Amino acid sequence: MSETTTIRRAGNRVFIAGVALLILWVLLPIWLLFVNALSAPAEVTGFPKRIIPSFNLDSLSFFFGFSGVIDALWNSVKVASVTMILSIGVGAPAGYALSRFDFPGKEVFRFLVVMTRAFPLPLLALPLAVMFIRTGLDDTILGLALVHTTLALPFAVLITFSLFSGIPLELEEAAWTLGCNRVQAFTKVILPLAAPGIAASAVFAFVISWNEVFAAAVLTIENRTLTAFLLQSLDVSPLPLKFAGGAALVLPALFFIFAVRKYLFAMWGIANR
Amino acid sequence: MPRMLPYLLLLPATAFLGLFFLYPFVQVAHDSVMRNGAYTLENFTRMAGHWKFSTAFWNTMLLAAVVVPIQLAMALTMASIVTKLQRGRSSILYIFAIPLGISDLAAGLIWLSVFEQSGFLNSLLVGLGVVDQPILLLGYQNTWVIFIAIVLAEVWRATAIMMVILVAGMGLIPKEYGEAADVFGASRWQKFRRVTLPMLKPSLQTALILRVILAFEVFAVVVALGGTQLPVLMSETYHWQFQMQERGVAAAFAMVILAVSVAFTILILRLLHVPKGARV
Repeated sequence: MSETTTIRRAGNRVFIAGVALLILWVLLPIWLLFVNALSAPAEVTGFPKRIIPSFNLDSLSFFFGFSGVIDALWNSVKVASVTMILSIGVGAPAGYALSRFDFPGKEVFRFLVVMTRAFPLPLLALPLAVMFIRTGLDDTILGLALVHTTLALPFAVLITFSLFSGIPLELEEAAWTLGCNRVQAFTKVILPLAAPGIAASAVFAFVISWNEVFAAAVLTIENRTLTAFLLQSLDVSPLPLKFAGGAALVLPALFFIFAVRKYLFAMWGIANR
Repeated sequence: MPRMLPYLLLLPATAFLGLFFLYPFVQVAHDSVMRNGAYTLENFTRMAGHWKFSTAFWNTMLLAAVVVPIQLAMALTMASIVTKLQRGRSSILYIFAIPLGISDLAAGLIWLSVFEQSGFLNSLLVGLGVVDQPILLLGYQNTWVIFIAIVLAEVWRATAIMMVILVAGMGLIPKEYGEAADVFGASRWQKFRRVTLPMLKPSLQTALILRVILAFEVFAVVVALGGTQLPVLMSETYHWQFQMQERGVAAAFAMVILAVSVAFTILILRLLHVPKGARV
Protein backbone atom coordinates (compact mmCIF):
# COMPACT_ATOMS: atom_id res chain seq x y z
CA MET A 1 0.00 0.00 0.00
CA SER A 2 2.67 2.48 1.07
CA GLU A 3 4.67 1.53 -1.99
CA THR A 4 1.87 2.52 -4.35
CA THR A 5 1.42 5.85 -2.55
CA THR A 6 5.12 6.62 -2.96
CA ILE A 7 4.85 5.77 -6.63
CA ARG A 8 1.77 7.93 -6.94
CA ARG A 9 3.50 10.78 -5.13
CA ALA A 10 6.52 10.50 -7.38
CA GLY A 11 4.16 10.45 -10.35
CA ASN A 12 2.48 13.60 -9.11
CA ARG A 13 5.80 15.31 -8.72
CA VAL A 14 6.76 14.41 -12.28
CA PHE A 15 3.38 15.69 -13.44
CA ILE A 16 3.79 19.03 -11.66
CA ALA A 17 7.35 19.38 -12.93
CA GLY A 18 6.10 18.70 -16.46
CA VAL A 19 3.40 21.35 -16.17
CA ALA A 20 5.92 23.87 -14.81
CA LEU A 21 8.34 23.08 -17.60
CA LEU A 22 5.67 23.59 -20.26
CA ILE A 23 4.59 26.90 -18.71
CA LEU A 24 8.23 28.00 -18.74
CA TRP A 25 8.58 26.88 -22.37
CA VAL A 26 5.64 29.10 -23.37
CA LEU A 27 6.38 32.15 -21.23
CA LEU A 28 10.19 32.40 -21.20
CA PRO A 29 10.64 33.31 -24.90
CA ILE A 30 8.03 36.09 -24.57
CA TRP A 31 9.83 37.35 -21.48
CA LEU A 32 13.13 37.42 -23.38
CA LEU A 33 11.58 39.52 -26.15
CA PHE A 34 10.27 42.00 -23.59
CA VAL A 35 13.66 42.10 -21.86
CA ASN A 36 15.11 43.29 -25.16
CA ALA A 37 12.30 45.75 -25.82
CA LEU A 38 12.70 47.28 -22.35
CA SER A 39 16.49 47.66 -22.52
CA ALA A 40 18.53 50.51 -23.99
CA PRO A 41 19.68 50.01 -27.61
CA ALA A 42 23.30 49.69 -26.46
CA GLU A 43 22.30 46.84 -24.14
CA VAL A 44 20.30 45.11 -26.87
CA THR A 45 23.31 44.98 -29.18
CA GLY A 46 25.70 44.46 -26.26
CA PHE A 47 26.97 41.22 -24.76
CA PRO A 48 26.36 39.33 -22.55
CA LYS A 49 22.63 39.65 -22.08
CA ARG A 50 20.95 39.93 -18.71
CA ILE A 51 17.67 38.21 -18.00
CA ILE A 52 16.25 41.26 -16.21
CA PRO A 53 15.52 44.34 -18.33
CA SER A 54 16.92 47.72 -17.28
CA PHE A 55 13.49 49.27 -17.92
CA ASN A 56 15.04 51.80 -20.22
CA LEU A 57 12.50 53.11 -22.74
CA ASP A 58 15.02 54.29 -25.36
CA SER A 59 14.49 51.23 -27.61
CA LEU A 60 10.74 51.76 -27.60
CA SER A 61 10.97 55.50 -28.21
CA PHE A 62 13.47 54.83 -31.01
CA PHE A 63 10.95 52.40 -32.51
CA PHE A 64 7.94 54.71 -32.21
CA GLY A 65 9.97 57.66 -33.48
CA PHE A 66 11.21 55.69 -36.51
CA SER A 67 9.84 57.03 -39.77
CA GLY A 68 6.73 55.14 -40.85
CA VAL A 69 6.13 53.16 -37.66
CA ILE A 70 3.22 55.20 -36.32
CA ASP A 71 1.55 55.11 -39.74
CA ALA A 72 2.07 51.35 -40.00
CA LEU A 73 0.64 50.84 -36.53
CA TRP A 74 -2.38 52.95 -37.38
CA ASN A 75 -2.84 51.07 -40.69
CA SER A 76 -2.78 47.76 -38.82
CA VAL A 77 -5.49 48.99 -36.47
CA LYS A 78 -7.60 50.24 -39.38
CA VAL A 79 -7.28 47.07 -41.46
CA ALA A 80 -8.02 44.88 -38.44
CA SER A 81 -11.07 46.97 -37.50
CA VAL A 82 -12.53 46.79 -41.00
CA THR A 83 -11.82 43.03 -41.06
CA MET A 84 -13.60 42.68 -37.73
CA ILE A 85 -16.71 44.53 -38.93
CA LEU A 86 -16.81 42.75 -42.31
CA SER A 87 -16.34 39.24 -40.98
CA ILE A 88 -18.99 39.63 -38.28
CA GLY A 89 -21.38 41.49 -40.58
CA VAL A 90 -21.11 38.79 -43.24
CA GLY A 91 -20.42 35.78 -41.02
CA ALA A 92 -22.96 36.16 -38.21
CA PRO A 93 -26.06 36.01 -40.45
CA ALA A 94 -24.68 32.85 -42.03
CA GLY A 95 -23.98 31.35 -38.60
CA TYR A 96 -27.52 32.18 -37.55
CA ALA A 97 -29.00 30.62 -40.69
CA LEU A 98 -26.98 27.42 -40.18
CA SER A 99 -28.12 27.09 -36.57
CA ARG A 100 -31.82 27.82 -37.09
CA PHE A 101 -32.86 26.41 -40.46
CA ASP A 102 -32.73 23.15 -42.36
CA PHE A 103 -32.68 23.81 -46.04
CA PRO A 104 -31.35 22.28 -49.25
CA GLY A 105 -27.81 23.43 -49.90
CA LYS A 106 -26.89 23.75 -46.23
CA GLU A 107 -24.26 21.05 -46.48
CA VAL A 108 -22.81 22.61 -49.62
CA PHE A 109 -22.30 25.88 -47.77
CA ARG A 110 -20.76 24.17 -44.75
CA PHE A 111 -18.44 22.30 -47.07
CA LEU A 112 -17.41 25.59 -48.70
CA VAL A 113 -16.60 27.06 -45.30
CA VAL A 114 -14.68 24.03 -44.08
CA MET A 115 -12.86 23.76 -47.41
CA THR A 116 -11.30 27.20 -46.95
CA ARG A 117 -9.20 25.60 -44.23
CA ALA A 118 -7.70 23.05 -46.59
CA PHE A 119 -6.23 25.79 -48.76
CA PRO A 120 -3.24 28.03 -48.16
CA LEU A 121 -5.26 31.23 -48.00
CA PRO A 122 -2.47 33.86 -47.98
CA LEU A 123 -1.73 32.82 -51.57
CA LEU A 124 -5.02 34.50 -52.52
CA ALA A 125 -3.14 37.76 -52.34
CA LEU A 126 -1.30 36.98 -55.59
CA PRO A 127 -4.25 37.02 -58.04
CA LEU A 128 -6.12 39.59 -55.98
CA ALA A 129 -3.22 42.02 -56.39
CA VAL A 130 -4.12 42.26 -60.09
CA MET A 131 -7.85 42.43 -59.48
CA PHE A 132 -7.29 45.24 -56.98
CA ILE A 133 -5.19 47.26 -59.41
CA ARG A 134 -8.03 47.04 -61.94
CA THR A 135 -10.64 48.14 -59.41
CA GLY A 136 -8.53 50.76 -57.65
CA LEU A 137 -8.37 48.76 -54.43
CA ASP A 138 -4.62 48.22 -54.62
CA ASP A 139 -2.64 49.45 -51.65
CA THR A 140 -5.79 50.42 -49.76
CA ILE A 141 -7.01 49.58 -46.28
CA LEU A 142 -10.22 48.09 -47.67
CA GLY A 143 -8.42 45.88 -50.20
CA LEU A 144 -6.25 44.22 -47.57
CA ALA A 145 -9.19 44.00 -45.16
CA LEU A 146 -11.15 42.06 -47.80
CA VAL A 147 -8.39 39.44 -48.00
CA HIS A 148 -8.11 39.26 -44.22
CA THR A 149 -11.88 38.83 -44.02
CA THR A 150 -11.54 35.72 -46.18
CA LEU A 151 -9.18 34.38 -43.51
CA ALA A 152 -11.44 35.36 -40.62
CA LEU A 153 -14.84 34.59 -42.14
CA PRO A 154 -14.81 30.78 -41.68
CA PHE A 155 -14.06 31.26 -37.99
CA ALA A 156 -16.76 33.92 -37.65
CA VAL A 157 -19.32 31.59 -39.26
CA LEU A 158 -18.36 28.58 -37.13
CA ILE A 159 -18.18 30.49 -33.84
CA THR A 160 -21.51 32.28 -34.34
CA PHE A 161 -23.04 29.00 -35.52
CA SER A 162 -22.09 27.28 -32.27
CA LEU A 163 -23.20 30.34 -30.28
CA PHE A 164 -26.66 30.51 -31.79
CA SER A 165 -27.00 26.72 -31.55
CA GLY A 166 -26.46 27.08 -27.81
CA ILE A 167 -29.44 29.42 -27.43
CA PRO A 168 -32.69 27.44 -27.26
CA LEU A 169 -35.11 28.04 -30.10
CA GLU A 170 -37.91 28.07 -27.47
CA LEU A 171 -36.76 31.49 -26.27
CA GLU A 172 -37.29 32.88 -29.74
CA GLU A 173 -40.63 31.12 -30.11
CA ALA A 174 -41.78 32.53 -26.77
CA ALA A 175 -40.96 36.02 -28.03
CA TRP A 176 -42.97 35.37 -31.21
CA THR A 177 -46.03 34.26 -29.24
CA LEU A 178 -45.73 37.42 -27.15
CA GLY A 179 -46.11 39.48 -30.29
CA CYS A 180 -42.54 40.07 -31.43
CA ASN A 181 -41.83 39.69 -35.11
CA ARG A 182 -38.76 37.81 -36.27
CA VAL A 183 -36.46 40.85 -36.24
CA GLN A 184 -37.66 42.05 -32.84
CA ALA A 185 -37.29 38.60 -31.34
CA PHE A 186 -33.75 38.47 -32.64
CA THR A 187 -32.67 41.91 -31.44
CA LYS A 188 -34.45 41.77 -28.07
CA VAL A 189 -33.94 38.16 -27.05
CA ILE A 190 -31.17 36.46 -29.01
CA LEU A 191 -28.75 39.32 -29.54
CA PRO A 192 -28.27 40.21 -25.85
CA LEU A 193 -27.55 36.54 -25.10
CA ALA A 194 -25.15 36.13 -28.00
CA ALA A 195 -23.42 39.51 -27.66
CA PRO A 196 -20.40 38.38 -25.58
CA GLY A 197 -19.69 35.50 -27.95
CA ILE A 198 -20.07 37.72 -31.00
CA ALA A 199 -17.66 40.18 -29.40
CA ALA A 200 -15.20 37.33 -28.86
CA SER A 201 -15.34 36.24 -32.47
CA ALA A 202 -14.90 39.89 -33.50
CA VAL A 203 -11.76 40.04 -31.37
CA PHE A 204 -10.57 36.83 -32.99
CA ALA A 205 -11.07 38.36 -36.45
CA PHE A 206 -9.07 41.38 -35.29
CA VAL A 207 -6.20 39.15 -34.14
CA ILE A 208 -6.11 37.23 -37.42
CA SER A 209 -5.77 40.45 -39.38
CA TRP A 210 -3.34 42.04 -36.90
CA ASN A 211 -0.99 39.06 -37.20
CA GLU A 212 -1.16 38.36 -40.92
CA VAL A 213 2.13 38.87 -42.76
CA PHE A 214 2.19 37.46 -46.30
CA ALA A 215 -0.90 39.06 -47.85
CA ALA A 216 -0.15 42.33 -46.07
CA ALA A 217 3.36 42.38 -47.51
CA VAL A 218 2.13 41.51 -51.01
CA LEU A 219 -0.81 43.90 -51.17
CA THR A 220 0.46 47.08 -49.52
CA ILE A 221 3.25 49.38 -50.64
CA GLU A 222 2.62 52.87 -49.30
CA ASN A 223 -0.01 51.94 -46.72
CA ARG A 224 1.94 49.15 -45.06
CA THR A 225 0.67 47.48 -41.91
CA LEU A 226 2.99 46.90 -38.97
CA THR A 227 3.73 43.30 -39.99
CA ALA A 228 4.46 44.31 -43.60
CA PHE A 229 6.64 47.17 -42.38
CA LEU A 230 8.64 44.95 -40.03
CA LEU A 231 9.03 42.18 -42.62
CA GLN A 232 10.24 44.46 -45.37
CA SER A 233 12.72 46.26 -43.15
CA LEU A 234 14.09 43.06 -41.56
CA ASP A 235 17.38 43.04 -43.43
CA VAL A 236 18.06 46.75 -42.87
CA SER A 237 16.69 47.49 -39.42
CA PRO A 238 18.88 47.36 -36.29
CA LEU A 239 18.14 44.81 -33.56
CA PRO A 240 16.49 47.23 -31.08
CA LEU A 241 13.98 48.18 -33.76
CA LYS A 242 13.15 44.54 -34.53
CA PHE A 243 12.63 43.57 -30.90
CA ALA A 244 10.63 46.68 -30.00
CA GLY A 245 8.52 45.99 -33.11
CA GLY A 246 8.07 42.36 -32.09
CA ALA A 247 6.95 43.44 -28.63
CA ALA A 248 4.48 45.92 -30.16
CA LEU A 249 3.02 43.02 -32.16
CA VAL A 250 2.86 40.63 -29.20
CA LEU A 251 1.47 42.86 -26.44
CA PRO A 252 -2.04 43.39 -27.90
CA ALA A 253 -2.22 39.67 -28.78
CA LEU A 254 -1.78 38.75 -25.10
CA PHE A 255 -4.84 40.82 -24.17
CA PHE A 256 -6.86 39.55 -27.13
CA ILE A 257 -6.34 35.91 -26.28
CA PHE A 258 -7.19 36.65 -22.65
CA ALA A 259 -10.43 38.31 -23.79
CA VAL A 260 -11.54 35.37 -25.94
CA ARG A 261 -10.23 32.53 -23.76
CA LYS A 262 -13.72 31.26 -22.93
CA TYR A 263 -14.59 30.92 -26.60
CA LEU A 264 -11.42 29.19 -27.81
CA PHE A 265 -13.28 25.89 -27.99
CA ALA A 266 -16.36 27.13 -29.76
CA MET A 267 -14.29 27.50 -32.91
CA TRP A 268 -12.98 23.97 -32.88
CA GLY A 269 -15.35 21.83 -30.86
CA ILE A 270 -17.98 22.18 -33.49
CA ALA A 271 -15.59 21.61 -36.37
CA ASN A 272 -15.21 17.97 -35.34
CA ARG A 273 -18.77 17.17 -36.14
CA MET B 1 -40.54 34.67 -47.57
CA PRO B 2 -39.65 32.42 -44.59
CA ARG B 3 -38.41 29.80 -46.99
CA MET B 4 -36.09 32.30 -48.63
CA LEU B 5 -34.78 33.67 -45.32
CA PRO B 6 -31.89 31.21 -44.79
CA TYR B 7 -30.67 31.84 -48.34
CA LEU B 8 -30.86 35.59 -47.83
CA LEU B 9 -28.80 35.24 -44.66
CA LEU B 10 -26.23 33.06 -46.41
CA LEU B 11 -26.04 35.23 -49.51
CA PRO B 12 -23.43 37.76 -48.29
CA ALA B 13 -21.07 35.07 -47.00
CA THR B 14 -21.47 32.91 -50.12
CA ALA B 15 -20.92 35.87 -52.42
CA PHE B 16 -17.90 36.89 -50.40
CA LEU B 17 -16.31 33.45 -50.50
CA GLY B 18 -17.09 33.15 -54.19
CA LEU B 19 -15.45 36.46 -55.02
CA PHE B 20 -12.48 36.31 -52.66
CA PHE B 21 -11.88 32.58 -52.27
CA LEU B 22 -13.08 30.58 -55.29
CA TYR B 23 -12.39 33.17 -57.96
CA PRO B 24 -8.79 33.93 -56.90
CA PHE B 25 -7.98 30.23 -56.87
CA VAL B 26 -9.25 29.82 -60.41
CA GLN B 27 -7.30 32.93 -61.31
CA VAL B 28 -4.02 31.76 -59.77
CA ALA B 29 -4.35 28.43 -61.56
CA HIS B 30 -4.95 30.32 -64.77
CA ASP B 31 -1.98 32.66 -64.17
CA SER B 32 0.31 29.71 -63.61
CA VAL B 33 -0.23 28.36 -67.15
CA MET B 34 -0.31 31.78 -68.82
CA ARG B 35 2.65 33.67 -70.19
CA ASN B 36 2.56 36.66 -72.54
CA GLY B 37 -1.07 35.96 -73.30
CA ALA B 38 -0.63 32.33 -74.34
CA TYR B 39 -1.13 29.02 -72.55
CA THR B 40 2.19 27.42 -71.73
CA LEU B 41 3.99 25.40 -69.11
CA GLU B 42 6.97 27.74 -69.21
CA ASN B 43 6.22 29.13 -65.74
CA PHE B 44 6.58 25.66 -64.31
CA THR B 45 9.73 24.84 -66.25
CA ARG B 46 11.29 28.15 -65.20
CA MET B 47 10.34 27.45 -61.61
CA ALA B 48 11.65 23.88 -61.63
CA GLY B 49 14.76 24.92 -63.53
CA HIS B 50 15.79 27.50 -60.95
CA TRP B 51 18.53 26.18 -58.67
CA LYS B 52 16.70 27.25 -55.52
CA PHE B 53 13.47 25.37 -56.30
CA SER B 54 14.36 21.89 -55.11
CA THR B 55 16.14 23.30 -52.04
CA ALA B 56 13.06 25.35 -51.19
CA PHE B 57 10.75 22.39 -51.81
CA TRP B 58 12.71 19.95 -49.68
CA ASN B 59 13.33 22.50 -46.93
CA THR B 60 9.57 23.03 -46.68
CA MET B 61 8.86 19.29 -46.63
CA LEU B 62 11.61 18.56 -44.12
CA LEU B 63 10.43 21.36 -41.85
CA ALA B 64 6.87 20.01 -41.92
CA ALA B 65 8.12 16.44 -41.37
CA VAL B 66 10.12 17.48 -38.28
CA VAL B 67 7.76 20.10 -36.84
CA VAL B 68 4.38 18.40 -37.12
CA PRO B 69 5.19 15.13 -35.26
CA ILE B 70 6.85 17.08 -32.41
CA GLN B 71 3.80 19.32 -32.24
CA LEU B 72 1.45 16.37 -32.27
CA ALA B 73 3.26 14.76 -29.33
CA MET B 74 3.42 18.04 -27.39
CA ALA B 75 -0.19 18.96 -28.14
CA LEU B 76 -1.37 15.53 -26.95
CA THR B 77 0.68 15.91 -23.76
CA MET B 78 -0.61 19.42 -23.12
CA ALA B 79 -4.21 18.45 -23.86
CA SER B 80 -3.98 15.42 -21.53
CA ILE B 81 -2.57 17.65 -18.78
CA VAL B 82 -5.28 20.26 -19.19
CA THR B 83 -8.01 17.59 -19.24
CA LYS B 84 -6.65 15.96 -16.11
CA LEU B 85 -6.16 19.13 -14.07
CA GLN B 86 -8.59 19.87 -11.29
CA ARG B 87 -7.18 23.15 -10.02
CA GLY B 88 -5.89 26.03 -12.10
CA ARG B 89 -7.26 24.49 -15.27
CA SER B 90 -8.38 27.70 -16.92
CA SER B 91 -5.26 29.71 -16.15
CA ILE B 92 -2.94 26.96 -17.38
CA LEU B 93 -5.07 26.58 -20.47
CA TYR B 94 -4.79 30.32 -21.07
CA ILE B 95 -1.00 30.22 -20.72
CA PHE B 96 -0.74 27.23 -23.08
CA ALA B 97 -2.98 29.05 -25.58
CA ILE B 98 -1.03 32.33 -25.61
CA PRO B 99 1.09 31.53 -28.70
CA LEU B 100 -2.19 31.08 -30.60
CA GLY B 101 -2.53 34.86 -30.69
CA ILE B 102 1.04 35.60 -31.67
CA SER B 103 2.00 36.44 -35.23
CA ASP B 104 4.48 34.16 -36.98
CA LEU B 105 6.63 37.22 -37.59
CA ALA B 106 6.64 38.05 -33.88
CA ALA B 107 7.47 34.41 -33.10
CA GLY B 108 10.43 34.65 -35.48
CA LEU B 109 11.63 37.81 -33.75
CA ILE B 110 11.20 36.22 -30.32
CA TRP B 111 13.49 33.35 -31.28
CA LEU B 112 15.85 35.76 -33.01
CA SER B 113 16.44 37.32 -29.58
CA VAL B 114 17.59 33.88 -28.43
CA PHE B 115 19.72 32.93 -31.42
CA GLU B 116 21.30 36.20 -32.66
CA GLN B 117 24.99 36.63 -32.04
CA SER B 118 24.61 38.83 -28.95
CA GLY B 119 21.52 36.89 -27.92
CA PHE B 120 20.46 34.87 -24.92
CA LEU B 121 21.75 31.49 -26.12
CA ASN B 122 25.24 32.86 -26.63
CA SER B 123 25.05 34.60 -23.25
CA LEU B 124 24.18 31.25 -21.68
CA LEU B 125 26.89 29.36 -23.55
CA VAL B 126 29.59 31.88 -22.59
CA GLY B 127 28.27 32.06 -19.03
CA LEU B 128 28.56 28.28 -18.71
CA GLY B 129 32.00 28.38 -20.26
CA VAL B 130 31.03 26.19 -23.23
CA VAL B 131 32.48 28.73 -25.64
CA ASP B 132 34.95 31.58 -25.04
CA GLN B 133 33.13 34.23 -27.01
CA PRO B 134 29.78 34.56 -28.76
CA ILE B 135 29.58 32.57 -31.97
CA LEU B 136 27.62 33.40 -35.11
CA LEU B 137 24.73 30.96 -34.85
CA LEU B 138 22.50 32.04 -37.72
CA GLY B 139 25.20 32.18 -40.39
CA TYR B 140 25.31 30.53 -43.79
CA GLN B 141 28.12 28.21 -42.60
CA ASN B 142 25.72 26.30 -40.39
CA THR B 143 22.27 26.35 -41.90
CA TRP B 144 21.34 23.44 -39.62
CA VAL B 145 21.32 25.87 -36.67
CA ILE B 146 18.94 28.10 -38.63
CA PHE B 147 16.85 25.00 -39.29
CA ILE B 148 16.75 24.12 -35.58
CA ALA B 149 15.88 27.71 -34.67
CA ILE B 150 12.97 27.65 -37.15
CA VAL B 151 11.78 24.29 -35.80
CA LEU B 152 11.82 25.64 -32.24
CA ALA B 153 9.99 28.82 -33.24
CA GLU B 154 7.35 26.85 -35.18
CA VAL B 155 6.86 24.31 -32.41
CA TRP B 156 6.64 27.12 -29.87
CA ARG B 157 4.17 29.16 -31.90
CA ALA B 158 1.79 26.69 -33.48
CA THR B 159 1.43 23.83 -31.00
CA ALA B 160 -1.32 25.78 -29.20
CA ILE B 161 -3.73 25.54 -32.11
CA MET B 162 -3.49 21.72 -32.10
CA MET B 163 -3.78 21.62 -28.33
CA VAL B 164 -7.01 23.63 -28.31
CA ILE B 165 -8.58 21.34 -30.92
CA LEU B 166 -7.50 18.24 -28.99
CA VAL B 167 -8.74 19.59 -25.63
CA ALA B 168 -12.10 20.22 -27.27
CA GLY B 169 -12.04 16.69 -28.71
CA MET B 170 -11.13 15.08 -25.37
CA GLY B 171 -14.06 16.89 -23.79
CA LEU B 172 -16.37 15.05 -26.19
CA ILE B 173 -15.23 11.57 -25.12
CA PRO B 174 -17.82 10.12 -22.70
CA LYS B 175 -16.37 9.46 -19.21
CA GLU B 176 -17.89 5.96 -19.17
CA TYR B 177 -15.34 4.72 -21.70
CA GLY B 178 -12.43 5.54 -19.42
CA GLU B 179 -14.26 4.13 -16.40
CA ALA B 180 -14.92 0.90 -18.28
CA ALA B 181 -11.22 0.64 -19.06
CA ASP B 182 -10.46 1.18 -15.35
CA VAL B 183 -12.79 -1.66 -14.44
CA PHE B 184 -10.83 -3.98 -16.71
CA GLY B 185 -7.61 -2.88 -15.04
CA ALA B 186 -6.13 -0.83 -17.85
CA SER B 187 -3.03 1.20 -17.04
CA ARG B 188 -2.91 4.91 -17.79
CA TRP B 189 -0.90 4.33 -20.92
CA GLN B 190 -3.24 1.57 -22.12
CA LYS B 191 -6.20 3.85 -21.49
CA PHE B 192 -4.59 6.61 -23.52
CA ARG B 193 -3.52 4.27 -26.30
CA ARG B 194 -6.71 2.16 -26.55
CA VAL B 195 -9.48 4.56 -25.54
CA THR B 196 -8.46 8.21 -25.85
CA LEU B 197 -6.50 8.03 -29.12
CA PRO B 198 -9.10 6.09 -31.15
CA MET B 199 -11.91 8.26 -29.80
CA LEU B 200 -9.90 11.34 -30.64
CA LYS B 201 -9.57 10.50 -34.33
CA PRO B 202 -11.93 13.20 -35.67
CA SER B 203 -10.13 15.90 -33.69
CA LEU B 204 -6.75 14.53 -34.69
CA GLN B 205 -7.87 14.73 -38.27
CA THR B 206 -8.89 18.39 -37.97
CA ALA B 207 -5.76 19.30 -36.04
CA LEU B 208 -3.38 17.54 -38.42
CA ILE B 209 -4.93 18.92 -41.59
CA LEU B 210 -4.84 22.45 -40.24
CA ARG B 211 -1.29 22.14 -38.94
CA VAL B 212 0.18 20.43 -42.01
CA ILE B 213 -1.28 23.09 -44.30
CA LEU B 214 0.04 25.87 -42.08
CA ALA B 215 3.42 24.12 -42.04
CA PHE B 216 3.59 24.30 -45.84
CA GLU B 217 2.83 28.03 -45.57
CA VAL B 218 5.74 28.72 -43.25
CA PHE B 219 7.11 32.12 -44.19
CA ALA B 220 7.69 34.95 -41.72
CA VAL B 221 9.46 32.76 -39.14
CA VAL B 222 11.89 31.61 -41.80
CA VAL B 223 12.54 35.12 -43.09
CA ALA B 224 12.98 36.56 -39.59
CA LEU B 225 15.48 33.89 -38.54
CA GLY B 226 17.28 32.99 -41.74
CA GLY B 227 16.75 35.85 -44.16
CA THR B 228 17.30 34.32 -47.58
CA GLN B 229 19.71 31.68 -46.31
CA LEU B 230 17.09 28.97 -45.97
CA PRO B 231 14.66 29.23 -48.88
CA VAL B 232 11.18 27.73 -48.47
CA LEU B 233 8.31 27.58 -50.97
CA MET B 234 6.45 30.57 -49.56
CA SER B 235 9.51 32.84 -49.40
CA GLU B 236 10.37 31.90 -53.00
CA THR B 237 6.79 32.75 -54.04
CA TYR B 238 7.22 36.14 -52.40
CA HIS B 239 10.62 36.59 -54.03
CA TRP B 240 9.34 35.85 -57.54
CA GLN B 241 6.28 38.05 -57.08
CA PHE B 242 8.23 41.02 -55.75
CA GLN B 243 11.92 41.08 -56.57
CA MET B 244 11.65 39.29 -59.93
CA GLN B 245 8.22 40.71 -60.87
CA GLU B 246 7.41 37.30 -62.41
CA ARG B 247 3.80 36.77 -61.47
CA GLY B 248 3.45 33.67 -63.61
CA VAL B 249 6.27 31.87 -61.82
CA ALA B 250 4.94 33.02 -58.44
CA ALA B 251 1.58 31.52 -59.46
CA ALA B 252 3.34 28.27 -60.38
CA PHE B 253 4.86 28.19 -56.89
CA ALA B 254 1.40 28.81 -55.47
CA MET B 255 0.10 25.82 -57.41
CA VAL B 256 2.85 23.62 -55.97
CA ILE B 257 1.96 24.69 -52.41
CA LEU B 258 -1.71 24.13 -53.21
CA ALA B 259 -1.03 20.68 -54.68
CA VAL B 260 0.94 19.42 -51.68
CA SER B 261 -1.69 20.89 -49.31
CA VAL B 262 -4.55 19.13 -51.07
CA ALA B 263 -2.57 15.89 -51.40
CA PHE B 264 -1.80 15.80 -47.68
CA THR B 265 -5.35 16.76 -46.73
CA ILE B 266 -6.63 13.76 -48.68
CA LEU B 267 -3.90 11.52 -47.23
CA ILE B 268 -4.79 12.51 -43.65
CA LEU B 269 -8.50 12.05 -44.33
CA ARG B 270 -7.75 8.54 -45.61
CA LEU B 271 -5.36 7.54 -42.84
CA LEU B 272 -7.60 8.75 -40.03
CA HIS B 273 -10.85 7.70 -41.61
CA VAL B 274 -13.66 7.37 -39.07
CA PRO B 275 -16.60 5.24 -40.18
CA LYS B 276 -19.89 7.09 -39.81
CA GLY B 277 -21.31 4.61 -37.30
CA ALA B 278 -18.26 4.85 -35.03
CA ARG B 279 -18.63 8.52 -34.14
CA VAL B 280 -19.51 9.62 -30.63
